Amino acid sequence: MSTSAIRFENVSRHFGNVKAVDEANLEIRDGEFFSMLGPSGSGKTTCLRMIAGFDRPTSGNIFLYGQDVSNLPPYERDVNTVFQDYALFPHMTIEENIAYGLMIKGVPKAGRYKQVDEMLDLVRLPGFGYRRPSQLSGGQRQRVALARALINHPKVLLLDEPLGALDLKLRQQMQIELKAIQKSVGITFIFVTHDQEEALTMSDRIAVFNEGRIQQVGTPSDIYERPASPFVAGFVGTSNLISGEIAKRITGSEEMFSIRPEKIHLDSSNREPETDMLCIDGVIRDVVYLGLFTRYLVEIEGGNDLVVVVQNLKTTSMDVLSAKGQKVRLLWHKDHMSRVGG
Amino acid sequence: MLNRVSTYLYQRPKLILALLLGPPMLYMLVVYIGSLFALLINSFFYLEEFTGLIVRQFTLRTYLQLFSPTNLGIFGRTAGMAMAVTIADAIIAFPLAYYIARYASPRRKTFLYIAVTLPLWSSYIVRVYAWKLILAKEGIISWFFHLFGLQPMLDGILSIPVIGGSSLSLSPIGMFITFCYIWLPYMIVPIQTALERVPKSLLEASSDLGANAAQTFRNVILPLAFPGVVAGSIFTFSLTLGDFIVPQSLGNSRFFIGQAVYSYQGTAGNIPLAAAMTMGPVVIMVAYLLIARKLGAFDAL
Repeated sequence: MSTSAIRFENVSRHFGNVKAVDEANLEIRDGEFFSMLGPSGSGKTTCLRMIAGFDRPTSGNIFLYGQDVSNLPPYERDVNTVFQDYALFPHMTIEENIAYGLMIKGVPKAGRYKQVDEMLDLVRLPGFGYRRPSQLSGGQRQRVALARALINHPKVLLLDEPLGALDLKLRQQMQIELKAIQKSVGITFIFVTHDQEEALTMSDRIAVFNEGRIQQVGTPSDIYERPASPFVAGFVGTSNLISGEIAKRITGSEEMFSIRPEKIHLDSSNREPETDMLCIDGVIRDVVYLGLFTRYLVEIEGGNDLVVVVQNLKTTSMDVLSAKGQKVRLLWHKDHMSRVGG
Repeated sequence: MLNRVSTYLYQRPKLILALLLGPPMLYMLVVYIGSLFALLINSFFYLEEFTGLIVRQFTLRTYLQLFSPTNLGIFGRTAGMAMAVTIADAIIAFPLAYYIARYASPRRKTFLYIAVTLPLWSSYIVRVYAWKLILAKEGIISWFFHLFGLQPMLDGILSIPVIGGSSLSLSPIGMFITFCYIWLPYMIVPIQTALERVPKSLLEASSDLGANAAQTFRNVILPLAFPGVVAGSIFTFSLTLGDFIVPQSLGNSRFFIGQAVYSYQGTAGNIPLAAAMTMGPVVIMVAYLLIARKLGAFDAL
């Protein structure tokens, strides 16, 4: 029990009739990079705000390293937050911003500024101490916000979509840097994002949220390869969901399953499938050539269309585009599909 | 035709600028600065006491008169009152402005906003006289003191030298109350505007970093609202400095700047002295603004 950094016990947060978070149970381990993933309004940010103390649960309890913090104000919790809009104090220099937590704690000036310099090195902004937040770019402000939180050595660092405002290149760079910083400081990071790729790249474990409920908690590969619900299958990556009559034709059972587009092979040779391979016939309705790979939309008789993605190893755009309208057999290994409850 | 004019102007951006800026600049220079300048020139003339005529000759003797004990007393009294009113208004306005900016729902915000500015829709003189009646010996405040047997307390307050008087409506205390009331909206609105621009996340960040409510107020809210307080104080301070209606209707025989100017240029016909007297508040305000800038009041603008 003592190794869990954060534990949610039946935590709910209702705003009037809206159940922002509903009966959430969750355990986040010490030292892990944990992501809360979900569309906007799914309750992930509310969960983060309840850990920080900006919001209090309507019912249930939140534990920080075994201590019930559900009703403690933010300034009495050993957690710090990197805000979505960075929330840097505009009337202070970068140095004063980063030293804010230490100043409040009453650390003497000399000691404060020594630590500020270490932090500026950690986030690779040495010499920026005397500037004002307004003189910095988005990516630099982001780093200052990170340094301002980390200087307090919190038990848990909360990050509320911190990369949302950055452009793609910078975002990818910051993903790698954040992960490296987390490794070097060894603090538990809780990262809120709606970007499934970001969550898959950075996290040790992910919780997928939808409509105030936690849909699934697991490692990135768990979430991707064995989605627990149709929502997870659809939200994380692209997925083909098959159920009912068609499912019965393929697997002998009407139960719903999901198969990822890249796991499906296209075969036009009409050979009998090997053992452990499953198959269904269809007609290629549409072809989208995307350079690195090609996306096919295959119509299954009596069912919905399946998406198939094939890497362009030997094929050219001429080859793939001419495949439109052809009959084709779809094949996949039975281990690659996963049953989806409900 | 219109099209051709439009095209003609489009090709000459400097002409557009001149047409747009010309009239207001002309007004500023001639009417606004010009009248101030006329005032300045007049303050360097002097009144020949024997003939009662104004001598149009450069001299500093009028300014020298400002340093007479009576006039210094007037300046000190007025500046002291302006400062007291400004501080009191800032203290009264801040919580209300904070509530309007942070907590009030949009509907309540509109309601409070109207409530705050509503008095400005009625005549200022009517409101001053209303206060004269409220503060009078037979007025509602005295009546309340009587009702609760607190008459000795009121008498005690009124017997304080300098700020006391024969009744609330004839004392500096009464003037102070009336000034605070009259200029309060000018303090609330700028503070509220400044607070409105402070994002909620800054307050959350402060408490997240370990600051309790008092520390957040001192380190984040107050510095960011300070430009608003200064803007408000410029109104309350300068308006009190120049006012002559309130001292005339509620004060005692001790003059304020506005009254002095009024009587010098009117009954005494001493326009140079009135002009020199007017330069007093101008100098005080310039000094005030310089100090405010030094304190960093305009940094966040």
